[in-house]
Amino acid sequence: MSAVLEVSGIKKSFGGITAVDGVSFDVHEGEILGLIGPNGCGKSTLFNCILGQLTPSGGEVKVDGKVVTGLRPSELNKLGVSRTFQLLQVFPKLSVRENLILAGQEHQGNMASRLFGPSDAGLSGAADQMIGFFKLDHLATEQAGGLSYGQQKLLDVAMAFMGGPRLVLLDEPAGGVNLTMLGDLKERLAAINREKRATFVVIEHNMEFVMSLCTRVMVMAEGKVLAMGKPNEVRANPAVIEAYLGH
Amino acid sequence: MSAATKKYLRIAFGLAVIAALIFVPMNFNRYGLFILSQWAVMTIAAMGLNLTLGYAGQVSLAQGAFVGIGAYTAAIMTTQGLPLIGALGVSIVLCFAIGWLLGYPALRVQHHYLAFVTLAFSTLAFLVFRNEDWLTKGIYGISNIPRPHLFGFATNKPLPFYYVCLGSLGIVSLAVWWLIRSPWGRAFVALRENPIRALSLGIDTRRYTLMAFAIGSALGGVAGTLYAPLTQYIDPVPFNLSLSLDLLMMVIVGGSGFYFGPFLGAMIAVLLPEWLRFTQGYYLMLYALAVILLLIYSPTGILGILDRYLTERRTKAASALREVAKPKLETAA
Amino acid sequence: MSNLLDLLVAGLATGAIYAIVAVGFTLLWQTSQTINFAQGEFVMLPAFLMLAAMHAGVPFWLAIIFGILLSMLLLGLGFKMLLVDPMLRHGVLPLAIATMALAIGIKEAVKQFFSAEASPFPSIVPAGDISVFGRLVSLQSLGVLALAISAVVALTLLLNRTSLGHQMQAAAQNPTVARIIGVPVERMILLTFLINAFLVALASLLITPIYLAKFSSGEVLGQAAFIAAIVGGFNQVRGAIAGGLLIGVVDNLAAAYVSTQYRAAVPMLLLIVIILFRPQGLLGRPEERTV
Repeated sequence: MSAVLEVSGIKKSFGGITAVDGVSFDVHEGEILGLIGPNGCGKSTLFNCILGQLTPSGGEVKVDGKVVTGLRPSELNKLGVSRTFQLLQVFPKLSVRENLILAGQEHQGNMASRLFGPSDAGLSGAADQMIGFFKLDHLATEQAGGLSYGQQKLLDVAMAFMGGPRLVLLDEPAGGVNLTMLGDLKERLAAINREKRATFVVIEHNMEFVMSLCTRVMVMAEGKVLAMGKPNEVRANPAVIEAYLGH
Repeated sequence: MSAATKKYLRIAFGLAVIAALIFVPMNFNRYGLFILSQWAVMTIAAMGLNLTLGYAGQVSLAQGAFVGIGAYTAAIMTTQGLPLIGALGVSIVLCFAIGWLLGYPALRVQHHYLAFVTLAFSTLAFLVFRNEDWLTKGIYGISNIPRPHLFGFATNKPLPFYYVCLGSLGIVSLAVWWLIRSPWGRAFVALRENPIRALSLGIDTRRYTLMAFAIGSALGGVAGTLYAPLTQYIDPVPFNLSLSLDLLMMVIVGGSGFYFGPFLGAMIAVLLPEWLRFTQGYYLMLYALAVILLLIYSPTGILGILDRYLTERRTKAASALREVAKPKLETAA
Repeated sequence: MSNLLDLLVAGLATGAIYAIVAVGFTLLWQTSQTINFAQGEFVMLPAFLMLAAMHAGVPFWLAIIFGILLSMLLLGLGFKMLLVDPMLRHGVLPLAIATMALAIGIKEAVKQFFSAEASPFPSIVPAGDISVFGRLVSLQSLGVLALAISAVVALTLLLNRTSLGHQMQAAAQNPTVARIIGVPVERMILLTFLINAFLVALASLLITPIYLAKFSSGEVLGQAAFIAAIVGGFNQVRGAIAGGLLIGVVDNLAAAYVSTQYRAAVPMLLLIVIILFRPQGLLGRPEERTV
């Protein structure tokens, strides 16, 4: 198995505070890596460093063996790396279908074809398929801002898949989603992973969600990797129990 | 009312407005035609600004300068005997290029800082118009600007030239309609609403920001190219900062980010003062007061009022739908 | 270079007036995110109020008091309650546009009710020259400079040395926290509007004898104040002061050494350079940007 994502020695400090302190790990094709840790342990900062939203103070990121540190988020996205954010980030004034077309359009053709070509960039079919896949049918033409929170969250995740990414980084996809919707979301993610061989890294606080979905789990504390392994091993690791239940 | 009926009603209304714009002015006097032509020209300039500001969310206080650049290009070239259509091409290319350059500060600074950079550019452009006598004839201005012959017809008289302006407005309207419905338009909106998310979806926000400036400015140039033969005399005064401020006001008052906003905004800015002329010296004061009251009532402009009303209705309909759907879900679970 | 001293003094004098106007401008921005495009017209108007009082037979000193009080009522209280308060929650841009409309309204009102022509305005500093280091310097420039600087110093002392000033700064920097620790935020914001109105009235009194009273004179003044505020630092009172003085001097030197035609271009270029390379201004602190 080849590594899709290789992170080595990523560091990030803000002023005097080190948020991420030399984190290294690999993610292999088809894996779902869970990333857990207490609030403020540097998970989201690590995501932002990997994805080019922040410039890391040190270290290197490789995607498919190619160094991508310093690339802009849009360039990284074109290489097949996609993400969601901790807070909802859909475009409330666009319809559900328009949101999905927007998420995929830059992966089609070039600037000229996007200006003179069809207004949906040839993506209506793909968007509707995605809508069906995430069970958002009958909402296709609704404004995204008018959807329920859970539905918007599904749309948010769906948008990350429109460009046909190889690697998807999800920042708390289950946050604020009700139980029924959560089951759906987990099942859909597992399905995409199976069918498309897409690789995931998931930040999540919901342990049940992480333990049942992920193939491997990495635990972070105070900017460092505390433990890494199969869900069962990690759950039994005394250092992890200490970090979560200690003090 | 079914969706299809509504669509036909909308098309019928649109056709009626277009017909009225073509036929009603036929018995207007010279002054009435001048005002209406001015409305068409200002609408084009405001549509450009609406693209930059309303859709892509980049504040610009320089649109008036681009109208000036277009007007001087047209005036200088056509008084040398060159055709207006050639001047149009030069204006578009020139304004596109300068607008592209003016977009670079927007990559570094936003909001009020961007407003002031563009304001400074506007003032610099005015100084060039006023001081470079060899090119612009300075404060004496350029007179005897000819109106073009199109397809063998002379457009010297007010009515034919009004049709030139109206036709140009029609072409620009179609082009802008095409643009905002294209993936570019969607990318502009994404840039305005949430640039960070847009970037994570592969949207090259830099390139789209520069494009929004360049295209918006080029439309300012188109408006200027028509302005010169419309007034047949230009000097620097109309292209000072207040034109940029007026255009900004048109966009906001009509409804920033709405397709029909500039049409309404330009109508209010050009026609309302004329209608208020019976109040003599008070008309600009009343105009200013009207703008302030409108903005207090609806900061998103005239079309904002309409939009609020429609959204309210849609939310009501949606929550009604959810009420109906609820029992089904509960039985399913 | 024989007139360099003259130029410097004249530059500092107009610069000090710009500084007063720019300080008011930044105060409004800090306390209530108001970009006041009518600030120049706010400077133009009080002189006409004073002139109107004088035409009614009121002596000059009383007309000054009348003009200042009426400005504080109209441009302070009225501006805040009728325009800023109802529009503030809608964001920066609609409010900025409304102040543009207000600028047109004030200009037209002055043109209509007073005059479209420039009117002379008495100076509170006597005319004539005074000898400084063996050179003659205009008394008026020195007087304006002295008055403007004392106003700026008084304001700085008020903001930094008094508990009222500290409360105002707290209200400007973090209204939520200020409210919790018991600062009457609303009253502090109103106070900044009144101070701004007082400052523009003072600026009006100082600058109008130099440039005459004219309905359109606010345009140039307003722009100079914007530039001063940005160049110095939008979020700092001392930045606005430094920016004002700098622009005044640069403006006067440019008029003498560059060309009168492109005199106005120099401050604009300075503005562009500052915004691009040091957007927080010479003395400002960077505004935090949230990702």
